[in-house]
Amino acid sequence: MASEAPPVAGGSRGPARAEHPVIGPGHTFATVTDKIASLVLTTKTPLGWFVGFGIAFSLFMVFLATVTYLLAKGVGIWGNNVPVGWGFDIINFVWWIGIGHAGTLISAILLLLRQQWRTSINRFAEAMTLFAVACAGMFPILHMGRPWVGAYWLMPYPNTMGLWPNFRSPLIWDVFAVSTYATVSALFWFVGLIPDLATLRDRAQNRAVKIVYGLLAMGWRGSARHWANYEMAYLILAGLSTPLVVSVHTVVSFDFAVGVIPGWHATVFPPYFVAGAIYAGFAMVLTLAIPLRKAYGLEDFITMKHIENMAKVMLATSLVVAYGYLMEAFMAWYSGNTYERFMMWNRMTGPLSWTYWMLILCNVVVINTLWVRRLRTNVPYLFFVSLVVSVGMWLERFVIIVTSLHRDFLPSSWGTYRGTPFDWSMFIGTIGLFLTLFFLFIRFLPTISIFEMRTLVPGAAPEEEKA
Amino acid sequence: MSRPAPYGLLAEFPTPSGIVKAAAAVHAAGYRKVDAYTPYPMEEVLDALHLHETHVPKLVLAGGLFGMAAGWGLQYWSSVIEYPMNIGGRPFFAWPAFVVPTFETTVLFAAFAAVFGMLALNGFPQPYHPVFNVPSFVTASRDRFFLCIESADPRFDAEKTRGFLKSLGAADVVEVMP
Repeated sequence: MASEAPPVAGGSRGPARAEHPVIGPGHTFATVTDKIASLVLTTKTPLGWFVGFGIAFSLFMVFLATVTYLLAKGVGIWGNNVPVGWGFDIINFVWWIGIGHAGTLISAILLLLRQQWRTSINRFAEAMTLFAVACAGMFPILHMGRPWVGAYWLMPYPNTMGLWPNFRSPLIWDVFAVSTYATVSALFWFVGLIPDLATLRDRAQNRAVKIVYGLLAMGWRGSARHWANYEMAYLILAGLSTPLVVSVHTVVSFDFAVGVIPGWHATVFPPYFVAGAIYAGFAMVLTLAIPLRKAYGLEDFITMKHIENMAKVMLATSLVVAYGYLMEAFMAWYSGNTYERFMMWNRMTGPLSWTYWMLILCNVVVINTLWVRRLRTNVPYLFFVSLVVSVGMWLERFVIIVTSLHRDFLPSSWGTYRGTPFDWSMFIGTIGLFLTLFFLFIRFLPTISIFEMRTLVPGAAPEEEKA
Repeated sequence: MSRPAPYGLLAEFPTPSGIVKAAAAVHAAGYRKVDAYTPYPMEEVLDALHLHETHVPKLVLAGGLFGMAAGWGLQYWSSVIEYPMNIGGRPFFAWPAFVVPTFETTVLFAAFAAVFGMLALNGFPQPYHPVFNVPSFVTASRDRFFLCIESADPRFDAEKTRGFLKSLGAADVVEVMP
């Protein structure tokens, strides 16, 4: 990191505080390294992994079967109709993209804010980001119907028809935002992995395994010259990712806010979407972290401090989201616009009002129980809340998209919407894709950043011995 | 056949403070072709060896500026010159709309420059390096700290340098063969 950093012991990642440790007591460089590396290098894959992977892979097969049928029959197998032209495809896209945001927040923003507790959760949170973005990408791509011919109006490339995309459309901004986000997240993740891949190379017993990790580590050897470039590149990537992550959900919200549909056309959307994304993302990090630390005995690395901090971030962002709900309702009333007022009244009392009230229950009522410390530190309860939040955030997108569209300006154009079995199988299928990738990740790559954990070991920072 | 000249001498230190002290002493003694190998980034070692200089930020700036120019240029050229589309009479040169993709391409190319620039400056991929010949070097990625003085250093002397490294508290000093 830059030389002008204040002289905190251990640079920006100083030793753990005595209270609320970010790492369990008694750990050394060797024990941290061995514990995390052994999860990958063991020859005995736990039975639970096979069970989990089996379930995930079965769901992934559901996805592949649905996509096959979709490509054969066309998007008519979905429930999208007129006036509800956007349905599960966009709901699920926004839901998955939002989930990804916590990974970047943890890896980039908390790094810049020098939050040590990010260290043991950043690796798998970043993996979660990548896999969530991969799932998100499936929906708009498959919504094109025949994606192999639909690329010319999304990506600017010289095609034989001489056509170029319309850069005045937020949908094109979305293509740029999401593809940049996916690329930069992958780069960030890979850069973070390089020193750990070298550790795996050095500790692997099997020659083939050694070669694979060796190729991926590219010859990393922990040289001071390399660390100087590495730390600078990592810091800059964090700096670049910070505005990027804010931009992604902002641009996603522009897909709606730039339109004229009542319920979409609101200036509160960008901050409200970004907060919702972080909120949903932290819920997913908790959903993954709680079983992971239990199954692999990582309680020393993912301590109660991490769990409680994540609960607090979730609680704080939920308040921003609740403010968004409040402002949507207030502005609809205050605007005096008939259509806006009707939209809001229809959301609260119309045929789909149960989705709105379920959303309020999930995202405003249940989450606020986390003000109670005893509930916030109760791990099974927190796991339950994280699932409730995921449901709530899915409902939020359903409410925004479907209830805004199903009552068009003219009553003669009114309609309704429900997801078909194929909508559901595709959504559940992407959960399978996500979990499949995640199970492969925890088996083949270190789930916790080993080299960053070493910096948290007591004594990692030599005191007062500078040249 | 004569024995090839060694690449350098590799000293092993068991503690973080050991390597920091040794790095400072080695730099003070005038050695410049020195490298430290640590299992995690250590500010103090970089300070001691005066290795803070990095060209990564300049590359990132260049990458970002290129991405900005390319993104803006692509949009201007395709929307104004090559394929102007009249949509509701809106201007072809819709610069506020162009800001968003331009921002994204700026970040994208800056990130490319940061990552590939860092890898290039570090000389990666580099599957072979003499220090890998030392069997105990595998612990450099676990819990040991190494300091290597290259034989190419003008002050290098196989015996004196070895004695000097020993006097700094090295647990072990071994010759690195190229």
